[in-house]
Order: sequence, then C-alpha cells, then structure tokens
Amino acid sequence: MATGELKENRDQPDNSDDPLLGDEPKKHRAKRGVPSGLWLRCDDCGETVFRKTVAENMSVCPVCGYHMYLSAADRIRYLLDEGTFEEWDGNLMPADPLEFFDKKAYAERVVSEQKRTGLRDAALTGTGMIRARRVAVGVTDSAFIMGSMGSVVGERLARLIERATEQDLPLVIVSGSGGGARMHEGILSLMQMAKVSAALARYDEAGGLFISVLTNPTMGGVAASFASLGDLVFAEPKALIGFAGPRTIKATIRLELPEGFQRSEFLLAHGYIDRIVKRADMKSEIARTIDYCGK
Amino acid sequence: MANTSYQLDFEAPLRDLQERIYQLETDDQDSASARDELRAARKALLDKTRDVYSHLDEWQTVRVARHPDRPMFTDYVDLICDEFVELHGDKFFGDDRALRTGFAKIDEFKVMMVGHHKGKTLKERNECYFGCAHPEGYRKAMLKMKKAAKYGLPIICMIDTPGAYPGIGAEERGQAQVIAESMLEMSRLETPIICVVIGEGGSGGALGIGVGDRVAVLEFSYYSVISPEGCAGILWKSHDYAENAAKALKLTSRHLERLGAIDDVIEEPTGGAHRDHYQMAARLKMYLVKTLRELTELPPDELVAQRYEKFRKIGMYLEEAASV
Ligand SMILES: [Zn+2]
Repeated sequence: MATGELKENRDQPDNSDDPLLGDEPKKHRAKRGVPSGLWLRCDDCGETVFRKTVAENMSVCPVCGYHMYLSAADRIRYLLDEGTFEEWDGNLMPADPLEFFDKKAYAERVVSEQKRTGLRDAALTGTGMIRARRVAVGVTDSAFIMGSMGSVVGERLARLIERATEQDLPLVIVSGSGGGARMHEGILSLMQMAKVSAALARYDEAGGLFISVLTNPTMGGVAASFASLGDLVFAEPKALIGFAGPRTIKATIRLELPEGFQRSEFLLAHGYIDRIVKRADMKSEIARTIDYCGK
Repeated sequence: MANTSYQLDFEAPLRDLQERIYQLETDDQDSASARDELRAARKALLDKTRDVYSHLDEWQTVRVARHPDRPMFTDYVDLICDEFVELHGDKFFGDDRALRTGFAKIDEFKVMMVGHHKGKTLKERNECYFGCAHPEGYRKAMLKMKKAAKYGLPIICMIDTPGAYPGIGAEERGQAQVIAESMLEMSRLETPIICVVIGEGGSGGALGIGVGDRVAVLEFSYYSVISPEGCAGILWKSHDYAENAAKALKLTSRHLERLGAIDDVIEEPTGGAHRDHYQMAARLKMYLVKTLRELTELPPDELVAQRYEKFRKIGMYLEEAASV
C-alpha cells in the first residue's frame, strides 16, 4: 500500500459534461478558466483574484468567501495532521465492464482523467490523524469524471467503512460529486449505492461515528447514498447539494427555481444538515465532534 | 391476445398478421380451406411474434418496458394476491400514490407488498406522477417495511418507475436523504425481501425499494443507473440519442444478469407481458412462491448476512498487486 506524497492536482475540474454544473453557476461561466496563470476569476462574485492568494487561502475567494474547487489531495492535506495520511486500496483501478462508448470510449476517458488529475479514480481513502485523533477518511474529487461513483469508488468506500468498523475508527467522508452514480459503468454504479449504504448500516450497528462532509457539488446517487447517511452532516457554504439536478427539475416543472435552491443554506433551513462549516474551520469542528461523541 | 391501441413500430408485422386474422375470422369459415388459412395465419402470427421478441434490442426493450398495456402493480396485486389491504401514509407528510404498500396474501404466505404504480387513466397517472415517487412515498415504504420485519412478514417490492420525482417539493422534503436511508434500512431488515423489476427500473428511485435477498427482473424490463434520455442528454448533448444510450448502458435483463447485478430473470409470455397479463402473473406468482419458500427457511440473521454479501460483491474493477 502506498503511503505519503500525493500528486498535487492543480487543474480545475472539467465540468463541460456535467448536467448539473453546465449552467451552474451561470454568471461567469463563459469566462471560466480564461484568466489563466497568475489570475483567477471567482465563480460567485466575479472578481479577478490573485491565484496565489486563493491557494494560500484554501481555495476560498479572498473577496467574497466563496469555497472554490479543491482537489482530493489538498482536502486531505488541510484535513489531516501533516504527514499522517496512509492510503488504503490505492491499487484499485477502474475496469470497463460495459465496454461503454459515447462520443469517446470510457477506457480512453479514464486514462485522460487519470493523467489530468493524477488520481486513479474519483476517490482517495485511507487513514490519518485529525488533531491527533485517528480516523478513517475518504474524499471524492469532483474533477475526476464529475466525482462520480463507479465500482472503484464504491469498493474503496466499502472497504474503508469495513476497516473503520473493525478498527473502531471514526469515519469522515468528504463528498464532491456532480455526477452521482457513474453512467459509464451502468447498473454496477447504481448498485454501489446499496453496497456502501449496507456497509454503513453495519458501521452504525457497531456504534461508529460517521461524519459526512458535503462540498460543492454533491448530487444524484452520491447524495442519495453515503453522503446523506452521516451521523452528523456538515456542509461547506453555498455547496450545491441535492438529488435531481437543477436543469432536470427546471425541465420537469417548467418553473424558475427559487433563489439559493439546493444550496447548503437551503438544506440547513429544511433540516437536512447539522452545520455549515467553513473550510478553514472544518478540521477543528470534526475534532470537536469526535470528542463530543467520545470516539 | 389483447387488442392494444398503443403501437410499437417494430410490431408492425404483427399488426398486419393480426388484422389478417380478424378478417378471416369475420369471413365465412365454412370451407375447409378457410379454416386452414386461419390456422396458418395464427401460426404465422405466433412465429413472427416469437421472432420479433427474441431479437429485441436495448431501445426496443425500453419501449416494451414502458408499454402502457404492460401489467402494473395493481394488476399483479389483483391477479396474484388473494387479498390486498392497502396501508396508506408516511405519518409525516402525506400518502404518495406513486408508491403503494399493504398487507397481502399469496398462497400460504402473508406478506407486505410494496410497489410503484404508474396509473391507468390520465387522472390516475397525474395522481401518481407517472410512477415517480416523492420522499413521502419512500418514507411510507420504509415505515411499512419496518412493520413487516417487526411482525415477521416477508416483503415483496415491485419496481416500476422512470425515476424518483425531480421537483422542488421533493428536494425540500429530502429525496436524496430518504432514498439513502431506505437502502440502509432494507439492508438490515430481518425478514425475507424479494424485489422484482416489473417494468422500468429507473435509477435511485428504483433502488430505493430495491435492496433485497433476491432481485429479479422480468425479461423485457430494464434497470439502469440513468434513463436513456438522461444519459443521451448528458453524453450526446441531445435526447435524440436515447437509442445509443440504451445500447451503451447495457440495461436489459440478460446484460444485468451477466454483470452480476441481479439474481434472476423471469421469462415473459411470447410477445411480452402486455400481450398476456394472466400468463405473466402466473409466472411471477410461481417465482414469488418458490422464492418465499426458500427464504423463509433461513434464520433472519443468516438472511441479512447473505444479503450483505450479495451486494458487497457487486462491482468490477482491477486490483494491481500491492506495491510495498
Ligand atoms: Zn468571490
């Protein structure tokens, strides 16, 4: 099992295929990624900001506080005590069970996503310390095929949960998935939802503490499985979270969607998340929760 | 055979033969040659039906699965159950008509029936949102299934939905949350659960009542991570490519079986369930009774352990030898 340095991912996610994000947020979409190099435009306030300042600020907009994309490797870096992450099941690789082909073969898509992100699939899992408390940790990266869950993500999470159960570790899963269950692996992706949820049922029965952290975006089959099953559910501010994509809903009901619909604050108001937690506070909040729950 | 008003294009040769038979039937049948001709036409229709239905492609299968004359939840309840006592409401928000639950008797078994219903008339279809359930539907199903486990009743889930309803109210009332919880709860209910996809197995809305000891699919049903239209819209940027998407998604019963995602395929009558509700119901009943007999033999903890292992094994990936 590989330990240590993770390749840093500096690429922004390619959301051009994303049914949910294709028009969300729409204000500055045309400009997305255009000011390259030193400058970066915030998706929320539209201000052009210094890339380095953003990076030093955990990819949070220094002007408006918008929580921008963060790679799985960076999330682990910000969440865990330095040098404590040990990756589990990093040797799992996606197969192509359906020999899926749309405009591009899935097998090729996987290779190009791997090159672009430095990840083997959309999830990183393993163990590490949060302010000296050992945890089992999983992170999905919304840059890898929209952070969608196929067989590898499902299997890595199931193994993570089973190990957390065996070793009596608190479990933290950070979700970032606009894609939900991955289309390219068809029914097998759908069934990962049941598989991971079943593993969480056992973890729950063993008295485990599962903290689910929702980030922008957490949608579809990921929202409708492990992401919603936390004993405690935290969300970063303004994250898009929901079952059906805003576009699908708009096309179905033929009405404009209310302001702030499916954002973290909307979910909090409707009773589905425990706390909205800023990225900078996440580590401390998780440590505190672990202490409250006596884990 | 039902004289259906809804027509599928690939059934055109069958319609022509059917019309020929009607013609012959209304004609004078006194002569031996007329009777021979009628017999031959009937044989030709049967052969042709068999032929067409043995070569359905993925998209044609989706269209058969959506056929408005295909038997629905209430048809199977009428044809299979000796009694059905509907239980309404989620004790929280409402009574979703797209997902129905109730006590039922099937041969020697008392069970809890759970099923999506699409609706028969336009009025009913509107009430049922065409089989797209809201969170209250899944909450109701979860509640009744827990009661079933409490009182030792096996559960039968009939899946027939294009997907869970995508709307503002559905999101406000926690569609993602209830589907997730429903799967989690079903995975540990200490009573036998049989799930059968009777028509459309649309994504999370299907899986929300789809975690069972046996998952079966009727031959011309489909079960998919996303609707072909939805998939086409995302990957081909147009719903017009639904046929391509259906093919790529490998969503037919035989593919599902090969991929290890389901346990059983229940064969349909010649020409599909919509042609012969009685025959289809009889086959489904036989499957249910046989499976109930098997599953009720197992102690509940053994049942739950096997159910876990069954779902735990689903998935295909490569595993490199671990580097040290
Ligand atoms: Zn900003």
